[in-house]
Amino acid sequence: MSESETVNDPNPTEAGGQERPVGPGRAYEALARAQADFPQSEVVRFGPERSLTLDAGVTLGPFQIAYQTYGTLNADKSNAILICHALSGDQHAANIHPVTGKPGWWETLIGPGKPIDTTRFFVISSNVLGGCLGTTGPSSINPKTGVPYGLDLPVVTIRDMVRAQAMLVDHLGIDRLLAVVGGSMGGMQVLQWAVSYPERVFAAMPMAAAARHSAQNIAFHEVGRQAVMADPDWRGGRYLLEGTSPRRGLAVARMAAHITYMSDGSLHRKFGRRLQDRDGRTFSFDADFQVESYLRHQGEAFVDRFDANSYLYVTRAMDYFDLAADYGGVLANAFKGAKTRFCLVSFTSDWLFPTSDSRAVVHALNAAGASVSFAEIESDKGHDAFLLDEPELTAITRGFLDSAARTLGIA
Amino acid sequence: MSPREALLHDLTMKEAARAASGARVDLLLIAELVEPGSRVLDVGAGDGELLELLATTRGCDARGIEISRAGVNAGVARGLAVIQGDADIDLADYPDDAFDYVILSQTLQATRRPKWVLEQMLRVGRRVIVSIPNFGFWRVRLDLLLNGRMPSTENLPYSWYDTPNIHFCTIRDFVALVGEVGARIEHATALNGYGQKVRLNLPWAVWNLLGEQAVFLLSRGK
Repeated sequence: MSESETVNDPNPTEAGGQERPVGPGRAYEALARAQADFPQSEVVRFGPERSLTLDAGVTLGPFQIAYQTYGTLNADKSNAILICHALSGDQHAANIHPVTGKPGWWETLIGPGKPIDTTRFFVISSNVLGGCLGTTGPSSINPKTGVPYGLDLPVVTIRDMVRAQAMLVDHLGIDRLLAVVGGSMGGMQVLQWAVSYPERVFAAMPMAAAARHSAQNIAFHEVGRQAVMADPDWRGGRYLLEGTSPRRGLAVARMAAHITYMSDGSLHRKFGRRLQDRDGRTFSFDADFQVESYLRHQGEAFVDRFDANSYLYVTRAMDYFDLAADYGGVLANAFKGAKTRFCLVSFTSDWLFPTSDSRAVVHALNAAGASVSFAEIESDKGHDAFLLDEPELTAITRGFLDSAARTLGIA
Repeated sequence: MSPREALLHDLTMKEAARAASGARVDLLLIAELVEPGSRVLDVGAGDGELLELLATTRGCDARGIEISRAGVNAGVARGLAVIQGDADIDLADYPDDAFDYVILSQTLQATRRPKWVLEQMLRVGRRVIVSIPNFGFWRVRLDLLLNGRMPSTENLPYSWYDTPNIHFCTIRDFVALVGEVGARIEHATALNGYGQKVRLNLPWAVWNLLGEQAVFLLSRGK
């Protein structure tokens, strides 16, 4: 951490975007809650006749998808790029966030003249199924009961999220996407897209991702979920009906998760053992250390904009992700005959989705004879690096997308 | 054509080619050996110079493996299909006959298991192109003979203690290895110290002396 920084400095997180110092709290929370049914985004509503058949074996419908677009779709509809967000992200990838007022979570890569160039490409960014910013999720009103779904929403999977996105892409009249791009859980969706709809994905760019969620990652998610469910205000998932909010539980979940998005090196560099606004230890359980203060802040800011039940659903979707499972456990078979060109990226200090996870996908793609690029980028910023300004990431994304666009003759 | 005319002709060709593409002579030679439109894997792709040459001048579906992070990132940023990987390990992941050509340019001597690497290449590609620096080159021999120090040349500039080249061989050594792995030499070219083709069909022993580097096109079977 440089001299001028403080722990309250905007700090991009896996949530995407930068957290405002905690202030309005509940007021933000109310603002966020309103987004669940009436998002400040484009919305496409699918009626009961277009219900979604989920992996859980049930149908969901009617349902809706909230999304943002940037740039203009060209005449032959060949310049569309779909952005897939991570666990705690949302559709506001490249615009001011309606709840937090912060810039979009991926403005490092998306915008005019940036690698995902909105003057050339038509960029689509949607909130995932199970999310809480306007796409149907546990905080959305269940049309059958007139109250929020809560735990009555079926458990959704990454593949369900992708099925829903494909319906959005249909709705926009697009047959084939120039590219699907995303990091972390977004990268899982990218891989699922390439497997579920190979003919609809010309180029795929999964960053800091994996073809299956590891035991360690499932374990971290379980800690987070247990923290939420242990909060008495969770009320068995019925907190919206009972007028409570499991803020403490969700904040603890976020604090634990946030550690996994960073690295020993980046925590040391930012905070070391420095104390927070005090000259010495207080011999209490206050946030003496800067790193404690920082984590508390991250937890607080997160609960202002994220729904606790959504956190359960979306983490579950990641846990269930195992791309090879439907292909006899052989990942290469999932990619058999793949025409999609792939570019995978990992980061040296990412211990949540380590390079070995990406490499496993690369090996499978090689075995399937697919066109694949893979680069490991040197960074001490841990898993979060994909959201940060990493010059090599910028150059690789630009090179890969330029080359894809060139091949398709997109100006 | 007199030898002198031939020399001038070669120099002009070489200069023209370099001016046109800015590419290394051995890379141009390799590119000439590749049928247009082929599927090619370049092992040890560096920053992608050969891949780009193959894609742009031969219309190839060209992919690369490169061990250095900087090389990979530069190649991918150029829009090339390059993966970070180690020839000594990662060739095993490719299926049989995955490529029309597998190319190893000036890299064999840096592998830990040259024989295994060559066998894998012959499995993965229907044809294999290998270029090697020749440790039997007269200047290398003279250097060792006169100075008694491990030779370093323009092509092989490293000191013995920090060289990535751990398995040097001569042209004759390589020819012997080709026999050992049961491959067939379809074509071979030696380049002298000026990057010119060593003309005439000379015995290996002479090429071994005159060639600073050599390019081989191999296929399976005797």
